[in-house]
Amino acid sequence: MNDDKSIWSWDHALAVLPDLLWTFLTVTLIVTIIGSAIAAVLGLIIALGRRTSPRPVAGALTLVMNFIRMTPLVVQLLFAYYVFTTVPPIVLGTVIIGIHYATYMAEVYRAGIDAVPPGQWEATTALSMSPARTWTAVIIPQALRATLPALANYVISMFKDTPFLMVITVTELVREAQLYGGTNFRYVEAITLAGLIFLAASLLSSVLARRLEKKLEYTTA
Amino acid sequence: MNTPPLDTHTGAIALEDGDVPAILFDKVEKRFGDHVVLHDLDFTVRRGDRVTLIGPSGSGKTTILRLVMTLEEADDGYILIDGSPLTHFERDGKRVELKEKHKNEMRKRIGMVFQQFNLFPNMTVIENIIEAPVHVLGLSKQEALARGRALLDKVGLPDKENAHPTQLSGGQQQRVAIARALAMEPEILLLDEVTSALDPEVVGEVLNILRDVARDTDVTMLIVTHEMQFARDVSNRVLMFDSGRIVEEGTPEAIFSDPQEQRTRDFLSAVL
Repeated sequence: MNDDKSIWSWDHALAVLPDLLWTFLTVTLIVTIIGSAIAAVLGLIIALGRRTSPRPVAGALTLVMNFIRMTPLVVQLLFAYYVFTTVPPIVLGTVIIGIHYATYMAEVYRAGIDAVPPGQWEATTALSMSPARTWTAVIIPQALRATLPALANYVISMFKDTPFLMVITVTELVREAQLYGGTNFRYVEAITLAGLIFLAASLLSSVLARRLEKKLEYTTA
Repeated sequence: MNTPPLDTHTGAIALEDGDVPAILFDKVEKRFGDHVVLHDLDFTVRRGDRVTLIGPSGSGKTTILRLVMTLEEADDGYILIDGSPLTHFERDGKRVELKEKHKNEMRKRIGMVFQQFNLFPNMTVIENIIEAPVHVLGLSKQEALARGRALLDKVGLPDKENAHPTQLSGGQQQRVAIARALAMEPEILLLDEVTSALDPEVVGEVLNILRDVARDTDVTMLIVTHEMQFARDVSNRVLMFDSGRIVEEGTPEAIFSDPQEQRTRDFLSAVL
């Protein structure tokens, strides 16, 4: 580590990489996966709730949804951090980012549900299908297929928003890079590598999303 | 078939000969906004009847089928199916709405085939057919599959069981839709312009299947079609509609060969 004057040092890059990869796998990736699961499920619940609940409940859901969408994620993280002081920050961060993105995914689901043609609903009525079966066997599967690309985009967005968790003391990938910089007075290598890890993971997940989308497409003649 | 506990209603339902009609419209009015689609409509369909509704577009024919299928509700008057109110009845001049559970029991007796097929694209052909028999009628999967395969044979698509609707031609899709409706063993079958969205060369195969259904079963049929030869072959009664009113009714021979009303003559000369 003698080349302190140059902008880039391979020694420092190699030294920080294992820590970055480890933090990526154990924090960033886990937060994204669990956060996405929360967002996907809660988003669907919000979308269905707004569509099927009595008007006051649906109205309340819309209000809460808009409130969350119209305030920054960082504010929500800090607010939760100072209110729920007993919850571990990593858990809190995952839940808040999940809720935040659920409000976006709810809108995606809504658009997907609206895109199911009226004839499909009429066919379920003509077959006397129950509301539960209509939703689970006909409407949701068709709505999901149409919404998958947009949902995948939000997962990638959420993934790129995980560094915000550092404001509530979670040591995720970028914070890990900063810590290395602070200790060794070498920031460029660590931050660059952190960025490259994000880039690689984003590219990989968009390829995977496209494949999944293809797989879910109805077989066409 | 379980007959649901029915609310009582007023009004005579039996015809003069004591027969209870499969479908009875009593002073039914249907409006969309300010536009009155059906005016004060009375008519009855006997069990086993094959009734074809003819008339220009916008004359309310399809609305009648949609009312029977509960896709629309009458604004005034009421509909009885086998003597039971479909969605509501009138007591002391007041409308009494029936519960969703009752409506669903009534729906089970009625099947509908749509102009645009409306197959579920996320399911295979056989899944489309057995969905309601399994989940609505409570058949076991084996029973439903046996019924579904027999019907696929009947509509000439025994090898398409695992195909997806998007892999089929329009004519094939409509045959699957007919099989799907028949799998519920409805007492009343509604056919809403089932060949209008099809290429001319496949219209015949779909109509032949429906001729077979008419010949082999005693299902009551209510048909909206522009295929006058089919109407003539299959139906025993024809109702001519114009602007939401019945202009003329009679046997196919009477209506097609010797129409009494000028409006009917004009319509037939335009379509035949």
